[in-house]
Amino acid sequence: MGHPLYFGYEHPWREFDRFLRESAGKGRLAVGIVFYLISAVAVGGALAAVLLKNLVHCALALTVAFLGLALLFLQLDAQFAGFAQILVYVGAVAILVVFAILLTRGSDLPKEGVFSKSWVVGLAIAAAVFAVLGWVVLQAGPWLPNETAVPAVTVNQIGQALMGRYVLPLEIVAVLLTAALLGAVIVAMHEKEGTKQ
Amino acid sequence: MQEGLAFTPQLGTSGIAQWLWLVPAVPMLASGVIALLKQPMKKLSSGLAIGSLTFSLLVALVAFAHVVSGWSHGYAVREVVDFSWIQVGTAHVELGWVLDPLAAVMLVMVTFVGLLIFIYSTGYMEHDENYTRFFCFLSLFAGAMLGVVIANSILLLFMCWELVGLTSYLLIGFWYQKPSAAAAAKKAFLTTRVGDVFFLLGIVWLFAQTGTLLFYDHGAGSMEALALGGLLVHHSAWGLTAAGAIGLLIFAGAAGKSGQLPLHVWLPDAMEGPTPVSALIHAATMVAAGVYLIARVYPLMAAGMPAGGTTTSLTAVTWVGASTAVFAALIAVAQNDIKRILAYSTVSQLGYMMAGLGVGGVAVGMFHLITHAFFKALLFMGAGSVIHGAHEEQDIRKMGGLKGAMPVTFLTYGIGMLALCGFPLLFSGFWSKDGILEAAQHWSVAKAPFYMLVFGALLTAFYMTRQVSYVFFGTWRGHGHGHESPRVMTMPLAILAFFAIALAAIGTPAWPWFRAFLEGRAARIDFAGFNEPGLMALMLTSSAVVLAGLALGWFIYGAKSPASEEPDALEKAMPPVWAVLRDKFYIDELYGATVIAFYAWWAKVADWIDRDIWGDMVATVTFLFSRWARLNRFLDANIVDGAFDKGCEEIATGGGLLARVQSGRGQTYLRLLAVGVVLLTAILIWSTRP
Amino acid sequence: MTNPLTGYLLVAALLFAIGLAGALTRRNAILVLIGIELMLNAANLNLIAFWRYGPHPEMLTGMMFAIFSIAVAAAEAAVGLGLVISIYRHAKTTDVEQMNRMKG
Repeated sequence: MGHPLYFGYEHPWREFDRFLRESAGKGRLAVGIVFYLISAVAVGGALAAVLLKNLVHCALALTVAFLGLALLFLQLDAQFAGFAQILVYVGAVAILVVFAILLTRGSDLPKEGVFSKSWVVGLAIAAAVFAVLGWVVLQAGPWLPNETAVPAVTVNQIGQALMGRYVLPLEIVAVLLTAALLGAVIVAMHEKEGTKQ
Repeated sequence: MQEGLAFTPQLGTSGIAQWLWLVPAVPMLASGVIALLKQPMKKLSSGLAIGSLTFSLLVALVAFAHVVSGWSHGYAVREVVDFSWIQVGTAHVELGWVLDPLAAVMLVMVTFVGLLIFIYSTGYMEHDENYTRFFCFLSLFAGAMLGVVIANSILLLFMCWELVGLTSYLLIGFWYQKPSAAAAAKKAFLTTRVGDVFFLLGIVWLFAQTGTLLFYDHGAGSMEALALGGLLVHHSAWGLTAAGAIGLLIFAGAAGKSGQLPLHVWLPDAMEGPTPVSALIHAATMVAAGVYLIARVYPLMAAGMPAGGTTTSLTAVTWVGASTAVFAALIAVAQNDIKRILAYSTVSQLGYMMAGLGVGGVAVGMFHLITHAFFKALLFMGAGSVIHGAHEEQDIRKMGGLKGAMPVTFLTYGIGMLALCGFPLLFSGFWSKDGILEAAQHWSVAKAPFYMLVFGALLTAFYMTRQVSYVFFGTWRGHGHGHESPRVMTMPLAILAFFAIALAAIGTPAWPWFRAFLEGRAARIDFAGFNEPGLMALMLTSSAVVLAGLALGWFIYGAKSPASEEPDALEKAMPPVWAVLRDKFYIDELYGATVIAFYAWWAKVADWIDRDIWGDMVATVTFLFSRWARLNRFLDANIVDGAFDKGCEEIATGGGLLARVQSGRGQTYLRLLAVGVVLLTAILIWSTRP
Repeated sequence: MTNPLTGYLLVAALLFAIGLAGALTRRNAILVLIGIELMLNAANLNLIAFWRYGPHPEMLTGMMFAIFSIAVAAAEAAVGLGLVISIYRHAKTTDVEQMNRMKG
């Protein structure tokens, strides 16, 4: 058929998309510059989120990392996931983190350091994990059954899937969200009542 | 000597012989019953003792009558009852009793004199608080002595012999609170023990050689021809035959019991016992047991006697006896205790008896034994009466003039004294001593014993006169007043005095009934017996000697009454000789310096060995054990427990260490989770690689 | 990098490691939660990458998984931060090193 519908916004996107694809198919650089840039953003944001002393800065860096990840999703032709990422993570989770920081006076710098005394152990463990994962990834053979074919995913299809095949997880997630909502309220509220007595 | 026909021996057992065992058994039984009685039951205890001995006397009289009747019918009675006591393998230990003339006369003498002394004791010991115990021991003694008399088995004889020694110990040390009495009892027991060791050796050898313990066993006994023949053939050391050597060993035992020369030291000290004890045991019976033993084993002693000669054993017996007679008589001259004089006199007379056995045979020695029993018991009981009348005073220098105060005692004592001296014709002592002198005169080996015995007779008369003059004549030197003793004490004296005279009748050459009876010959009253060559001369000689002794004694001591502190007349004359005699020739001191000193030293050595060497060994062992125990405890507490505690500690520490993993910090748990993820992933990948 | 999938997977692994490092070393409880969020995001990236380059993307399996993961992560973040706030109210601190009441 023709070009897939990206949320009805075809025209400005189509060009960008074509550019991406073209750059993706050229030469050895299979993934292209864009990928590296977005990866750098995401990874940098993540690093900043973990390393910075000021918690609010960490939260903002986290937001940047989320954005980076959303862009990576977009590049992977998972537009719905990308926008969901922005909506939920950037729009809700990051704000929530900021609220929590503010409510727990996280902006004040702690007396002892921000890192634990045995931060080397933690770093080493994380490095080990990365090493293992990286090694697995790198030594796996090439396996790309669907490299060039772009999946045409419409919202309609996603809706159909949600209501069809994945209706049970949908309902369960709905319950979960309700429970989480109620739970968070109760946890916060209960504590308030307890301290008053 | 009147020769008669030897009787045919009669074998088989009559009724009385079967019951003869009652004679020793009943007094022993009475002793057992009295032992269970309480002390205040005086009448009952003495009644039991006297009753039992009366019973024994009656049985003895019946037995005697039986033997006499047999003798009068021309039989020489020798009846034997044997029984087997223990069986060891194929060997039997035989016990048994014999009834023959020797046993019969001895039985009658022992029971009769014993009975009289028992009756006397009821008076003498009346105020003693241990009255019951006294009669218990007396009864036991009587039973044991009678057992010695009738024993047909040398083992049974030895058992009763030892029992007699035991009761002698118990009775000498009757007043055991007195240290001198206890020491005297111990001395008596130990000294006779020395003799008994040799006796036992003789018994063992005899049994080993002859194979039988019995004296008479229908031809197989050790005193019979077959066994004796075998003993003579066997030779032992120093040219002795077995018969000679065994005879000497048995004589050693008899020497201990009868107080012959080296082993006489206990008899004078035995006077520490009550006077009835001295009378019964140390005059009439126990000391006579040694003589009786020699008489009993006379066939052994005389085995192989060549015609007109004698055997080694009998020679030894004679020499020892004669020496003892003179030795003891010398000492008796210088003693001042009334009982001690009599004790040494007993030793001397025992020497006479032994010498008589040695030179003249059984009848000669036994006759003197029988007569001596009567008059010595009489003298002792008389001395007891004197002591009683002089308020327990025993030193003759503190007595005097008692013939007026105690007439009966004086009369009977005088009779006994004359009998002992051997006053001519009327008294039994004369005839019995004459028998011995006559036999000694004709002894083929040597004449010296005869002269010794004659000298002894002189001394006997002398010291007895001295004693009598000190005690009964002169003036009273003691405190208080002398008084006569009660009837119960003087009656036995009278009875014994009668027999001291009457027994003369059966021993004269005119009618040598006693001798004939013992030897199993016929006896006739025949004054032709006096026609023996040399007999009259001997009788005159001995009479002269006795009279000379009496006169000498009377001359020196007479009716004079020396003050008690004044030294004796002889002492003034010959002080050093007197000192030697008074101190008993220092024999006791000699023994003390040698035997007893050695024994004490040896006891100290043994004590040292026991205490230091064994004691140290025991201490070392205990020390090692205690150290070992301590080491064990140390090991247990420190090593075993320590290891265990350490182990527990380690576990606790390990647990503590492990608990630190639970830090409670979420981040730590997270880290561990991550590590786990890494590891699991690695494992997963590794396992799925191609 | 022979294929784009490897690149995305490596980025995801890196993000995961960074998030893990943050969760393991930072003292503030909120930062631990931030690290956890990063780890979840890395997992989402993995899912989307595999959906895109795997077989049958028209099945939408990977996308759905990722969307649900986002939803659950949001709920979890809400509850977790609520817990942190309540703990802060009680212990007056958000320092994880001081929260060792469960010490064994």
